[in-house]
Amino acid sequence: MAGAPTTSTAPVPVLEVDGLSIEYQTEQGVLKAVRDVSLVVNCHESFGIVGESGSGKSTLAMGAIRYLASNGRVTSGSVRLNGVELVGMSRRRLRSLWGSSIGVVYQSPLSSLNPSIQIGKQLAEVARLHLNMDRGAAMERAGEMLSKVTMPDPEAVIRRYPHQLSGGMLQRCVIAMALMTDPALLILDEPTTALDVTTQAVVLDLVADLKREFDSAIVYITHDLGVVTKICDRVGVMYAGEFAEQATLRDLFSHPLHPYTLDLLGCVPHFERSPQKRSLVTIPGSIPRLDELPHGCIFSPRCGFVEDACRAARPPLVDVDGRGHFSACRRWNIVPTPAEYRCETTEALTVAEEAPGQAASLVEIDNIETHFKGPTSGFWPGRRQHALIRAVDGVSLTVRRGQTLGVVGESGSGKTTIARAIIGLTPATSGEIRLADHTLEPATAKRQRNVLREIQMVFQNPDASLNPTRAVGDAISRPLVLLRGMGRNEADEKAKELLRAVSLPISYFERLPNELSGGEKQRVAIARAFAADPQLILCDEPISSLDVSVQGSLMNLLMQLQIEQRTSYVFISHDLSAVQHLSDTIAVVYVGRVMEVGDAIAVLTPPFHPYTEALVSAVPVADPDVKQNPIRLGGTVPSAMNVPTGCRFHPRCPRYLGDICRDQEPPWRHGEGAHRIYCHIPLEELTQLQADTLVLASEGTGG
Amino acid sequence: MLRFATRRVSFVLLTVFLSSVIIFSATQILPGDVAGVVLGRFASEEAKATLRHELGLDRPLVVQYGSWLGGFVQGDWGNSLSAKTEVRPLVFERLRASAVLAGVAFLFYVPTGILLGLIAALRRNTWVDQTISVGSLAFIGLPEFVSAVILISIFSIQLGWLPSQSTIDPGTGFVEAFPKLILPAITVALTSLAYIVRMTRSSTVDVLQTDYVRTANLKGLPPHRVLFTHVLRNSLLPTVTVVAIGVGWLLGGLIITESVFAYPGIGRLLLFAIQRRDLPLIQATALLIVLIYSFSNLIADVLYAVLNPRIRYT
Repeated sequence: MAGAPTTSTAPVPVLEVDGLSIEYQTEQGVLKAVRDVSLVVNCHESFGIVGESGSGKSTLAMGAIRYLASNGRVTSGSVRLNGVELVGMSRRRLRSLWGSSIGVVYQSPLSSLNPSIQIGKQLAEVARLHLNMDRGAAMERAGEMLSKVTMPDPEAVIRRYPHQLSGGMLQRCVIAMALMTDPALLILDEPTTALDVTTQAVVLDLVADLKREFDSAIVYITHDLGVVTKICDRVGVMYAGEFAEQATLRDLFSHPLHPYTLDLLGCVPHFERSPQKRSLVTIPGSIPRLDELPHGCIFSPRCGFVEDACRAARPPLVDVDGRGHFSACRRWNIVPTPAEYRCETTEALTVAEEAPGQAASLVEIDNIETHFKGPTSGFWPGRRQHALIRAVDGVSLTVRRGQTLGVVGESGSGKTTIARAIIGLTPATSGEIRLADHTLEPATAKRQRNVLREIQMVFQNPDASLNPTRAVGDAISRPLVLLRGMGRNEADEKAKELLRAVSLPISYFERLPNELSGGEKQRVAIARAFAADPQLILCDEPISSLDVSVQGSLMNLLMQLQIEQRTSYVFISHDLSAVQHLSDTIAVVYVGRVMEVGDAIAVLTPPFHPYTEALVSAVPVADPDVKQNPIRLGGTVPSAMNVPTGCRFHPRCPRYLGDICRDQEPPWRHGEGAHRIYCHIPLEELTQLQADTLVLASEGTGG
Repeated sequence: MLRFATRRVSFVLLTVFLSSVIIFSATQILPGDVAGVVLGRFASEEAKATLRHELGLDRPLVVQYGSWLGGFVQGDWGNSLSAKTEVRPLVFERLRASAVLAGVAFLFYVPTGILLGLIAALRRNTWVDQTISVGSLAFIGLPEFVSAVILISIFSIQLGWLPSQSTIDPGTGFVEAFPKLILPAITVALTSLAYIVRMTRSSTVDVLQTDYVRTANLKGLPPHRVLFTHVLRNSLLPTVTVVAIGVGWLLGGLIITESVFAYPGIGRLLLFAIQRRDLPLIQATALLIVLIYSFSNLIADVLYAVLNPRIRYT
């Protein structure tokens, strides 16, 4: 808590931003992207800037170091780095600071490294430029830095090209590059967003270690409230170009003093052990457009605590408790704690009549495999060898009526291929899928129309899955006409009803997809899926590309529709907190095979499969009081072309036993009910080993 | 890398083989009888038959093809029917002349094109960019015989700076011949130049917007070093392909341009051969052009692979 005045040594401010405003000149006129923003970051301190997309968090950070697009400019305010004013500084002097006093790490490590230059040269470039080192010394320094960021075999990595390394390794390279010159300020802009949870955990650990080791002030930009808790000392919440609140991490999470922060915290699903589910907090409306900012407090149109005075004048960001807790809310003293707020504003959802394991089964997936021919090797046409890609490799699962089966795993685990096999887009090459005791043809093309109707899908990217030239109403009524044989008028009526059901205005009927926001498009995709009145909807990462608050409202929508329609879901996600929130049963998959499956609570409490244990340890929980196990996975998910022998998880398993794991397929260990774990370690032993494993549950909000 | 190269070379050989079959068949379909053309309209049937026998034209086509290709590979390209000389020295002499013209054009348009493309990209959306872009678009649409005539009317007729005819006697030195090369070289170069400008501009604009260029800027590198170390290497990759394809355009352009300027190159030779139904000359010239075209594409592929680490060894 370096920011609090109670610390013994006086904190040394590294970055002081005071009243900074940034504008963009666009075709629509001038957009005031950041307005009168102030913050201070001290040495050895990390300041998290949290906000949804469009909140101006990246603009603030990039504007502070004076790196803006050509149409952007700082209009007022001051930025001091170690006391030196950056606003008004010449480009030449700025360049002497960039890369030496200021290091930057970006979201996508692969695209932020030059694809045609070796890693070592890219790192050495910084040392040669700012530390006046010769080629040899700079290369040596690059090697040292790579070992500091715990890169395995740095000498070899130096000669690699970016495409030859995994995402996690690349991000370590970028971090090493940013730290080459011991910068006073390190800016990390969503550095783990493009990475898998397990890799994210490793990178977050690394940043936390480096924070202690280097004399830097860190600005950490993220949309993920969970990630913030792992890294940051102080957090600022941004909304539409202004700070709503700034506080120490613990203060912000335990008693936020701005309604927007409160809402954001409520949008994120909590780990709960009770089968009783609650809806999530939703924020009505959407982020205001920068050219149509509301009068007074910019959050007032969406705020649950608003009163007339709020709309009169813009409230300043003030230190409301005199101890460094800043809020831009006039009514900060009536803001409740997150737990109270959740109880007041969310509702307990009707529990399914049957316990998860007992409901009648709808879909039986029996030992399916999806194998493809891989790339060829060998030169002569007749003698080429096809590698075999075992994308799905023996998966058996049950989806129960009116319930949700969650499927989690890292990218490359085969989650999506399982869904595509069920719907028949990528037919299973062996095994059987039965829908209500009726065996399905593997390929969509061969399925009967009435079977097609029963299974629908919602895809990850709503931009790509809605036809851009077809109006929203058309997209929804099409399955009604095709699959339910409705007439044009009847279909249009029904489509409007569906729009209402997904909380979109009827006026959207005539709109084209590009006039809608990402969340709205996904609502249309959900309405389209429900139009066929299916028994099963496959949701493939339907909320992953959306903002936190939009994710929350979509999860609410999915749950509410499920209760009303008794539809079953297969919910695929890499996000364990979303999966546990929505699912009745959970399957954990790894390289085309199920590692653990069972009722949600059973899967998320010990005994765990070691892979589940690692996922649970890595998931960033949006609660600083939750302590998690430091179990981390090394390496990367193996290719489905080259599946490891024995237990396919053995090369990365933190609980690796020895040869037996490498040589033999593990047995299924059966626990309570439908819970089963695919591991050589007996359940009792797993329970014992994991006895002190944190149980992911927060302060009994479930009831 | 070796496997990659072998693979590409075998594809090229296959292309050349297929082209040789096509060239051979096409020359068989050409209207007119060789013997008739050579001996004149009033030759007796008997004399024609004798000539056909001498030339081996009465043998089955497959045998004719085999002996032609075999001869070509061994360097025996046969005798020209109209010029009454050996084909090979004739073709090579003309090829040298064309190579000089193509070389001058190449040395002019590749650097100019890249430079103009870069300037347009770095000054994008300014009047400089718009002038270059619109200008290059106009040149793409302009056929050689039109641009040649325009150039001649401006530089030869109006200004009188350069000769409009480029007939060069054998044995003339390069320096002496150079003024005669300028107009045909520019004519040949214009289309390729325009393509290179456009390709360089668009790929450089793309690269300038990448994250790794942002990384390079935020390392504090001065702009020229960002450009030379980080931008050019990636943005010129697609240009390499365009340059190689441009060699094909160049060859096509030569036939027309050489005729307009009466330049004694391979293009004019081919035209001459076709007019005379001079089969051995047509076949040899056409196959030679195919060879040049294929190998310039091969070189582009290999060069691309060398410059781009991502597609190596595939």
